[in-house]
Amino acid sequence: MSFFTGIDIGSTAAKVVVLDEGALLERFVLPTGWSSKETAGEIARRLAAAGYPADQAKKIVATGYGRISVDYAHKVVTEITCHGRGGSALAGEDCTVVDIGGQDTKVITVEGGTPASFLMNDKCSAGTGKFLEVMANRLGVDLGELFTLAAQGTPLEISSMCTVFAESEVISHIGAGESRADIAAGVVESVITKVAGLCARHGLKGRVVLTGGLCESAYVVDRLSKKLGTPVYAEPLGRYAGALGAALIARGMPAGAPFRPAAG
Amino acid sequence: MQQAVQTGGLRLPENFESYGEARKKGFLHMKELKEQGKRVVGMFCSFVPTELVYAAGALPVGLCAFSDEPIPAAEADLPRNLCPLIKASYGFALTDTCPYFYFSDLVVGETTCDGKRKMFELLNSIKETYVMQLPFRRDEKALAFWKDEIVAFKEKLEQTFGVTITEEDVRRAIQAKNRERDVMRRFLELGKLNPAPLSGYEMGTRADAGSFSFNLEERCDKIEERIREIQADWEANYKDTPSTRPRLLVTGCPNAGVREKIIRAVEEMGADVVAFDTCNGIREKVEKVDETNPDVYDALARKYLNITCSVMSPNESRRTYIGQMIDEYQIDGVLEIVLQSCHTYAVEADLIKRYVTEEKHLPYLNIETDYSQADSGQINTRLEAFLETIMP
Repeated sequence: MSFFTGIDIGSTAAKVVVLDEGALLERFVLPTGWSSKETAGEIARRLAAAGYPADQAKKIVATGYGRISVDYAHKVVTEITCHGRGGSALAGEDCTVVDIGGQDTKVITVEGGTPASFLMNDKCSAGTGKFLEVMANRLGVDLGELFTLAAQGTPLEISSMCTVFAESEVISHIGAGESRADIAAGVVESVITKVAGLCARHGLKGRVVLTGGLCESAYVVDRLSKKLGTPVYAEPLGRYAGALGAALIARGMPAGAPFRPAAG
Repeated sequence: MQQAVQTGGLRLPENFESYGEARKKGFLHMKELKEQGKRVVGMFCSFVPTELVYAAGALPVGLCAFSDEPIPAAEADLPRNLCPLIKASYGFALTDTCPYFYFSDLVVGETTCDGKRKMFELLNSIKETYVMQLPFRRDEKALAFWKDEIVAFKEKLEQTFGVTITEEDVRRAIQAKNRERDVMRRFLELGKLNPAPLSGYEMGTRADAGSFSFNLEERCDKIEERIREIQADWEANYKDTPSTRPRLLVTGCPNAGVREKIIRAVEEMGADVVAFDTCNGIREKVEKVDETNPDVYDALARKYLNITCSVMSPNESRRTYIGQMIDEYQIDGVLEIVLQSCHTYAVEADLIKRYVTEEKHLPYLNIETDYSQADSGQINTRLEAFLETIMP
């Protein structure tokens, strides 16, 4: 059996996708933890256990911040190219991929299945998954609960451009006795506003697809759609877009060729 | 023929001197010159007409401004969100760690941007800083004003050094500087050769380090020698070996302070930086001072007012020239480097991006950064991704 593996070690989560010539064979996600090297080792063990050992893969492509830690990969490609390829496999060959990552957020214009240009947020965690994590932690909830809470609230203003200062703003809202739901809605709104700002700066072309873990939250997708004034496409595989793109590159699939996930 | 050595993916000549090495070597040389009674004028920017400094019998030198070492000290007086070049310029003076500043008999600033203009007021309390008022447009009124400023600078030099600068002195200096422009232009235009005959890292380093070699004639001779070497090496070893490395044009702010983390990095990733639309690049060299103009001060004013820096408004000539360079150097992508809080380049970047992507249909990447190493990982990711968009 010939198979191709894409590994995306992000700052928060590591995603893995295994493809054969036509379909998706395997996918899994695990927390990155504190060492990308250990994560890469753990991925190798899980791949072997699932029947796709690294040494039997036809090709392995690694991406994400931990990409260089995957010493068994045949090639490393940046997460920008991989998210572009993966996002476009899900949304169509001319699209805009918005990836809200753990550490950075990127907007990628894909033309004919190939990433043509991109914009990343500055060296700052505002507008990223990290911001949400910090704030959820402050509110004593996990990310899923944060979105559930937010959906019930009316956004309070959180205007700081910096996560550390924004956290102080959240603390003063807590101190002022504001409802958790309103604060949670404010937190999400703050991220959505920054992501939308990045989109406005870069420009949107074609269908907009959200990738990264946040695409699993219907609330986030809805808020982003409203803010951008255009429907944002999201699907469960969106979280795996980087790994999927890496696997597609591994497979040497011609750019833009459609990808269909295997049933089930 | 010099033996080329491969250093981390870069082809550099064996006797290659880094910017830091050239800067250090220049210290000792300058000390000797000072001991021989030479006068020195320190400056920060290519808008200052060095012809007048030479005409006054003094030596111009570029002052230190390209390292993050003195920035924490500078931030005691200056706001943090100021461009690193301004903070470093002031910090080196404040901490007395720039020998060239120490050796300068006169420091000359220019009102190129708000941050510098006000910083010079502070700098003046460390050492007398003469400031040239640069107008921001290119019309007859601005030209007349700038010509007055140039004459005033000449008078300042005369008064400071107790000399008389004659038109003949200025004319001779113009000829010497025009020769240098010509030589540097030929050196920088080696980048038009395909495949690239030398690294952009070397090209930029030599262009910047020139200011530390104080004999203008010698400086020109050395560069001419290097041009001959490179041409011979290219004819013999590279001419018929097509390269797939993408050819980049670098534009934007002065990049000596980020050369390692951006230009060297992107070349080590497999690109060739072949063209520089920057202060140390072709920008100041492309137009010479008109030697046939009977009014030498008018000639100087015209030349310097035409420098295509983003402080000028409007500044279409920068776009026009970038367009020409894209064609002549066979550029595959444009990399714009903006130093944090450099408002004029940051804002003009939008016009450059639109021009490059919509009119020249080329990939464009903008990197905003400072002199720290904190963002080198993120910069590497952006540079790699940029190259991936050029060579999918």
